[in-house]
Amino acid sequence: MWIYEKKLQYPVKVRECNPRLAKYLIEQYGGADGELAAALRYLNQRYTIPDKVIGLLTDIGTEEFAHLEMIATMIYKLTKDATPEQLKAAGIEDHYVNHDNALFYQNAAGVPFTASYIQAKGDPIADLYEDIAAEEKARATYQWIIDMSDDPDLNDGLRFLREREIVHSQRFREAVELLKDERDRKKIF
Amino acid sequence: MKNFTHKKTYHPYISPLDPCPPIRTKTYSTPPHLYMGFQPENLEQFNPREALQAGTLWKAFYDPYYGPKEKGRGPNE
Ligand SMILES: [Fe+2]
Repeated sequence: MWIYEKKLQYPVKVRECNPRLAKYLIEQYGGADGELAAALRYLNQRYTIPDKVIGLLTDIGTEEFAHLEMIATMIYKLTKDATPEQLKAAGIEDHYVNHDNALFYQNAAGVPFTASYIQAKGDPIADLYEDIAAEEKARATYQWIIDMSDDPDLNDGLRFLREREIVHSQRFREAVELLKDERDRKKIF
Repeated sequence: MKNFTHKKTYHPYISPLDPCPPIRTKTYSTPPHLYMGFQPENLEQFNPREALQAGTLWKAFYDPYYGPKEKGRGPNE
């Protein structure tokens, strides 16, 4: 069960109407290494992982939904009230034709979200290494979006999200350490 | 613990026939968590306000990334 707090994890500010930045950001919304994929991946892996790290997957999976909500807010603000002409100039007129200004789970190239982005191998080490890789990929994606963006307010929020990927990666790395730890094995010399 | 940098560089091969003006030095991010292993005890913390802003409670994990259009603002630039 979840409890919803009606506020964002970090305030989202956007300086100007800029549908082109929204086009890049959609990668983190419905892309392979995006926040939706992350949330679904971790919350799904929880059922087949040792007890010690279930709570970690629940916590991080839940936080990814808070990130998803921030990304959605960014995209919404960047495109709100944009005219069809502005959307066309930003190269997302095909999105407009299909969805108007509605958000859609797709990547920056317009490919719809697919469950095959989310792996669940059932092997705890394999799954945690996948999670570490996913966090590093999400971190890199935020870097590339920041590189493309000249909106300082937006970048402030993106920097926060990138920092969270660093912390998540660290916690998954620690989870691997926990699972390979031999401390509780009886040592007889 | 502090013997690392947040950025590394390398120099790719430049062919005389490359059509785009070459980028001689490429950089990539190597954030602090790569060097941490298990988080040691008693690391220094941000105060709650700073922590919310930074995205982490722990100073050792803080690695803000700035784009080319906002240069010179991060400790890792
Ligand atoms: Fe994450």
